[in-house]
Amino acid sequence: MEHYLSLLLKAVFVENMALAFFLGMCTFLALSKKIQAAVGLGIAVVVVLTITVPVNNLIYQNVLKEGALAWAGYPNVDLSFLGLLTYIGVIAAIVQILEMVLDKYFPDLYNALGVFLPLITVNCAIMGASLFMVERDYNFGESLVYGFGAGTGWAFAIVVLAGIREKLKYSDVPEGLRGLGITFITVGLMSLGFMSFSGISL
Amino acid sequence: MGLRQYLDKIEPNFHKGGKYEKWYALFEAVDTIFYSPSSVTNTTAHVRDGIDLKRMMITVWFCAFPAMFFGMWNVGFQANSYLAHAGTAMGNDWHSVIIALLAGNNPASLWDNMIYGAVYFLPIYAVTFIVGGFWEVLFATIRKHEVNEGFFVTSILFALIVPPSIPLWQVALGISFGVVIGKEVFGGTGKNFLNPALTGRAFLFFAYPAQISGDAVWTAVDGFSGATPLSMVSANGMEVLNGQLTWLDAFLGTMQGSIGETSTLAILIGGAVLLMTKIASWRIVSGVMLGMIAMSLVMNLVGSETNHMFAMPWYWHFVVGGFAFGMIFMATDPVSASMTNTGKWYFGALIGVMVVLIRVINPAFPEGMMLAILFGNLFAPFIDHLVVQANIKRRLARVQ
Repeated sequence: MEHYLSLLLKAVFVENMALAFFLGMCTFLALSKKIQAAVGLGIAVVVVLTITVPVNNLIYQNVLKEGALAWAGYPNVDLSFLGLLTYIGVIAAIVQILEMVLDKYFPDLYNALGVFLPLITVNCAIMGASLFMVERDYNFGESLVYGFGAGTGWAFAIVVLAGIREKLKYSDVPEGLRGLGITFITVGLMSLGFMSFSGISL
Repeated sequence: MGLRQYLDKIEPNFHKGGKYEKWYALFEAVDTIFYSPSSVTNTTAHVRDGIDLKRMMITVWFCAFPAMFFGMWNVGFQANSYLAHAGTAMGNDWHSVIIALLAGNNPASLWDNMIYGAVYFLPIYAVTFIVGGFWEVLFATIRKHEVNEGFFVTSILFALIVPPSIPLWQVALGISFGVVIGKEVFGGTGKNFLNPALTGRAFLFFAYPAQISGDAVWTAVDGFSGATPLSMVSANGMEVLNGQLTWLDAFLGTMQGSIGETSTLAILIGGAVLLMTKIASWRIVSGVMLGMIAMSLVMNLVGSETNHMFAMPWYWHFVVGGFAFGMIFMATDPVSASMTNTGKWYFGALIGVMVVLIRVINPAFPEGMMLAILFGNLFAPFIDHLVVQANIKRRLARVQ
């Protein structure tokens, strides 16, 4: 239990997807103008990561990993070179299915997530989490916790960034830096603040 | 001829079309340091108060003086004590030459200690002021806004939170980063979201860790090595600390540390003035205190076999490191803190909790106040958002 808790905290704070690894930057910068939108996107990322990382984990552990096909009678096959391709396919498929399921059974949630759901198919934080999972060789339980933690950390970061950007609307930024320029500086300064967690080993 | 008449006489030169039009920002700064600005609001009723942003900032500046003078004395005291103890003489760099000209090295002498500290502190402050002021005036001149007294505060706070032995070029670099990236790119005082002095220090901390952390930097003598109380506890546990330093020593401030942060007493003297004049928010200060006490009690309860920091009681957290200085001068920065009254409590508590968390859990940083405040600054706007939304919700429910 303690192991899972420390894994969760590590994924949320110490290895924050957005502010420690700078993953998922395109949506992070583009959709952080308003807190409301940031919350919606954040929830979508949490949902998708919590589903795709464990599913990819199952595929990796049972099909792609070296020797994983022993159950089918091929103990010497190593399919891990197909990893990238498979994970992307899985993520895209799951997002599509998720969208249809939500549309049919949870129209409220579907409307709240709106355009964000298809958008995050191409978010590198989603892909990154699956690749980290493979690199660190998590088991199924760990990958579930890790997926949820990584998503929460990313959601956390984008909501905080949106808060700061709403405040910065009243700032007087030099012309050349307006828009994305000042946002990059802001994100850089934010990760300076998140450095307080770097070096913590749980 | 009085100063007022002189200023009035040269004023037209600085207006649009005048000879020195470009230097208006500088003229305005000098004028309003000496006299209240003559501009008033013309439309609708407004409340007039003797205190404006400039007076506020100057008050903070003055309130940092007890910590500054004590800091200078302590720099000298620490260095002279070490020299007397080790029986060696000073090196022969320019600091030592000037000190030898003006004073001796007797740790019992107020004069000797003050001179020693001043020779180290004043150049740091001068560099901070000149380099930071240069950026401030440059931005004000080109972007046509006024030079703000906020810089007085940033400069003295920055100079007080660096170790005495820091190289001066790093001081220049740090304050440049703090003023330009931390503040001016957002449009100047009141428009930034991080405390500029802390931004500058954090930049130095991560860029040049050798000169701003560790054991060798806290006393202004070459080749000296001595741990701050926090790294002492982190390495060896509370018993060792109790053997070397009493709580009262730590409260009064005769220990290793950044120039202005060591004496909790001197800081609280300035802090009392700030709290009484309501320049520093008592909500934030109480929030930081409560958060720190609660979190350190939790840590005491949890305990740990291997990590000595878990055992540090709250009254020690209060007197060592930069806690008091950060709580009084940095967390209360009205620009980067939360704006709403409820938000200020949460903002303060977040900083208090974070500082203990970083000190205890994170082995990479024995001191956590700087990063805790920067972390709090990030969350300040979001906390405000939540408070405002909760308020809207509550009032909407009343209508329906």
